[in-house]
Amino acid sequence: MPWDRNQMAARAAQELEDGMYVNLGIGIPTLVANYVGDKDITLQSENGMLGMGPFPFEGEEDPDLINAGKQTITELSRTSYFDSATSFGMIRGGKIAAAVLGAMEVDEEGDLANWMIPGVLVKGMGGAMDLVAGVGRVIVVMDHTNKHGKSKLLKKCTLPLTGKKVVNRIITNLGVLDVVEGGLKIVELAEGVTEDQIREATEANLVN
Amino acid sequence: MKKIYDTATEALDGVISDGMLIAAGGFGLCGIPELLLEAIKQSGAKNLTFASNNAGVDDFGIGILLQTKQVKKMISSYVGENAEFMRQYLSGELELEFNPQGTLAERMRAGGAGIPGFYTKTGVGTVIAEGKEQKEFNGETYIMEEGIFADLAIVKAWKADDTGNLIFRKTARNFNVPAATCGRICVAEVEEIVPRGSLDPDAIHLPGIYVHRIIQGSHEKRIEQRTTRKKEDA
Repeated sequence: MPWDRNQMAARAAQELEDGMYVNLGIGIPTLVANYVGDKDITLQSENGMLGMGPFPFEGEEDPDLINAGKQTITELSRTSYFDSATSFGMIRGGKIAAAVLGAMEVDEEGDLANWMIPGVLVKGMGGAMDLVAGVGRVIVVMDHTNKHGKSKLLKKCTLPLTGKKVVNRIITNLGVLDVVEGGLKIVELAEGVTEDQIREATEANLVN
Repeated sequence: MKKIYDTATEALDGVISDGMLIAAGGFGLCGIPELLLEAIKQSGAKNLTFASNNAGVDDFGIGILLQTKQVKKMISSYVGENAEFMRQYLSGELELEFNPQGTLAERMRAGGAGIPGFYTKTGVGTVIAEGKEQKEFNGETYIMEEGIFADLAIVKAWKADDTGNLIFRKTARNFNVPAATCGRICVAEVEEIVPRGSLDPDAIHLPGIYVHRIIQGSHEKRIEQRTTRKKEDA
């Protein structure tokens, strides 16, 4: 059985190590926070916060306290606040160990497309281009294929890029792949998924 | 010199004009200068360019100036929450310059620090790099981005003293600091003005040198995505 959203998030959480400062994107990446367990992980929200806490209890929402998805959140005992230039200073300065992001396409060179589909309403890249260019490690979490059954792991991205040669690891519903010299390398299969199934669902060159 | 004004309209008197480049603080609807935006609407100033991370929603934030067609161009990183914005953009009435969020923040910071340009890896190999100077440093490619020098900055803070020292609250600080610094004139709206000496000098987020005019007012502080959990889940 391929992994579901929560299993993908749980697998992504295994990538995070004690003491890391991490930025989680919107969607499945947000769920990763539910699976870090006892690890000492500090979540960055790029609108100006380190130490992001869970959603507030009903009635305790604070309009001055939101995450990068504009959702109301809470602070923790470790929390610090700062302005947007400082926030992206720590992202560009390589202080954030990892970013976990969703994607529309990733290719065998590690190019990432996750902000724009030409001809469809353009919303903007937000902080995604800064994150992929600046953080230590970029982990993509996404379904292996799109809703038409087409591979999202391509030889070459077709959509406008968010960053070039930026992705390190891809966690899909079928397994885990690394971007290596010459293509993608399967490092783990989801339980019950075969290597042939991944090969079938992958357009990118797979190397051993 | 007196920095405190009674109303947002008075605070903008003589500093707002058609065709200006205005840097505005805020992220989404959090920490936006809502009173000054309303006063800009009342002023009728038009052909404005806004450097602002977002464009508000249809009836709040910069959205109210889109409704009155006072905005010519937006410099933003994300505009997904505004249907009127999309309508004007797709019909060609409104110009849009997408900046990656960190590039926008740094362009404001640089402008405020007298730095006309800087190099960044953000956007290399993407549409953002098109037409921009590229340079190699230590074997890696960077693109040049330019500082923003705004005619006017409008920001929202939590507290000010009468000399313009500002303190922000939680994530409402966001773009307010870099936006304030890059304006030739900066007007700040705050929830409370306190006498000098009552703010801890070690806790000032933005020194008063950057702030020329201040108003106090009450803020709606609208929430864009109200997310909560139940007590029994904790």
